[in-house]
Amino acid sequence: MKKATILSLAFCAGFSIMCFELLGGKLLAPYFGSSVYVWGSIITVFMLALSIGYLIGGKFSLFAPSVFRYGLIYIAAAIAIVPTIFFSEQVMDAVFEVLEDPRYGSLMASTLMFLVPTVIMGMIAPYSVRILTESKNSSGQTAGFLYFVSTLGSAIGTIVTSFYFVLWFSINQILWLTFSIMFVAGLIALAVHFLDSSEQAIEAEAV
Amino acid sequence: MKRLIGCALLVVMSCVVSAKTIHKERSIYRNIVINETNKKRCMRFETRRKSISNQACMDLREPDRLVFEYAHSVMSGLAYNADPKRILIIGLGGGSLPRAFEKVLPNTEIVSVEIDPAVVKLAKRYFFYQENDRIKTSVKDGRVYIKRALRTEQKFDWIILDAFNGDYIPEHLLTVEFLNETKQLLTPKGLLSANTFNSSRLYDYESVTYQKAFGELQILKSPTKGNRVIFACNCENEAPKFTYDDALHKRLAPLGVDLKSLLPLINGNSDWDTTVPVLTDQYSPANLLNQ
Repeated sequence: MKKATILSLAFCAGFSIMCFELLGGKLLAPYFGSSVYVWGSIITVFMLALSIGYLIGGKFSLFAPSVFRYGLIYIAAAIAIVPTIFFSEQVMDAVFEVLEDPRYGSLMASTLMFLVPTVIMGMIAPYSVRILTESKNSSGQTAGFLYFVSTLGSAIGTIVTSFYFVLWFSINQILWLTFSIMFVAGLIALAVHFLDSSEQAIEAEAV
Repeated sequence: MKRLIGCALLVVMSCVVSAKTIHKERSIYRNIVINETNKKRCMRFETRRKSISNQACMDLREPDRLVFEYAHSVMSGLAYNADPKRILIIGLGGGSLPRAFEKVLPNTEIVSVEIDPAVVKLAKRYFFYQENDRIKTSVKDGRVYIKRALRTEQKFDWIILDAFNGDYIPEHLLTVEFLNETKQLLTPKGLLSANTFNSSRLYDYESVTYQKAFGELQILKSPTKGNRVIFACNCENEAPKFTYDDALHKRLAPLGVDLKSLLPLINGNSDWDTTVPVLTDQYSPANLLNQ
């Protein structure tokens, strides 16, 4: 039960990351165009952020790992998306003023808008591995299955956003959707934590 | 009957034989091909679609003549203002519009913005496009150029949007925010022309977006191909008015433009569904709507 929940939450995180990344292109285009270097900036920032996130998430999992803390990462990621919804125009205006070259402009704007939320989202994968791993022997399989689920989530997030969401919703609506997915995922993790600990308490009483 | 088919086949075959690819190039955006058929040289972007759309064509026997019908439609904008000081063209193609303006407007500064450096190079090499102190090119995204030009408080008397004939529509050039920026870059009473889509669901969306930004529109649908050129001006709730002038008609004749027969085609009728949503930076699925 707990395992299945963690896996579905990791799926949601994978989905949200790519949903967010695709919208990045739409957000930057009015200021920096939709040229190949704009996508270059976005992908660079996302890859860099994820790599940092993996590193921090792995470290973080060393100290008292719990589903509670796992849930907090989701909630933090959700909250980190909110400034993008409200301040993206101000940020891009300011960057446009300072940097004339759209390559560095888009790189700077992507960094300011996407780095922090994506770092936090990147923390989820290694932390999930820590929570799911039961033994040294099965750790590779656990990690493999987790990457399968979260990357599948990314694939589906990509196709659904680019094929349908942009046709049905405005960019900010999709960003709020991403926020909600991450926030609700965090709440579910917290709920699992409290259910789990009360179950353990009952078990302890029974013993 | 058989002879007729045979004849037709022969004609087709002779066309195939005389169509010659003289240059092929892979730019960062697309594959560009230069073809020559019966002394007509064309630039086309290779696409997966069946209908081939030429980006630019030039008749080698009469290189000053404008081949495309929509280009004729655009030129009729001179009947609104016969003496623009500065013209901005978004989308260079083969450079036939700036070349035409250079011929008929001896004192006008003409700035063309083109995103693909390879297109600029090929326009110069194969379509007689030349830069000088009043014919300028900027290799940039159109939206980025316009935003920059607004910061430096530039003004243009006429802005021509001609970036929409490729396979992929630059969605950020088809939103009400972009059109408002374009409007701000116009001098008071300045003119906007846009070469637009005339099929697909996008027709309605695009039309209401232009209407939202500019209010009154004037439409010129070309007689045979049905291309639609939208005219609007930076005016207070007023559509641009076009007046026929004999001298101008004569000036445009060497380009193959027949002003006298074009002007009656301009009208303010809106034949689109006005209930569809306006395209914005937040909502601009132009490519999905164009299927």
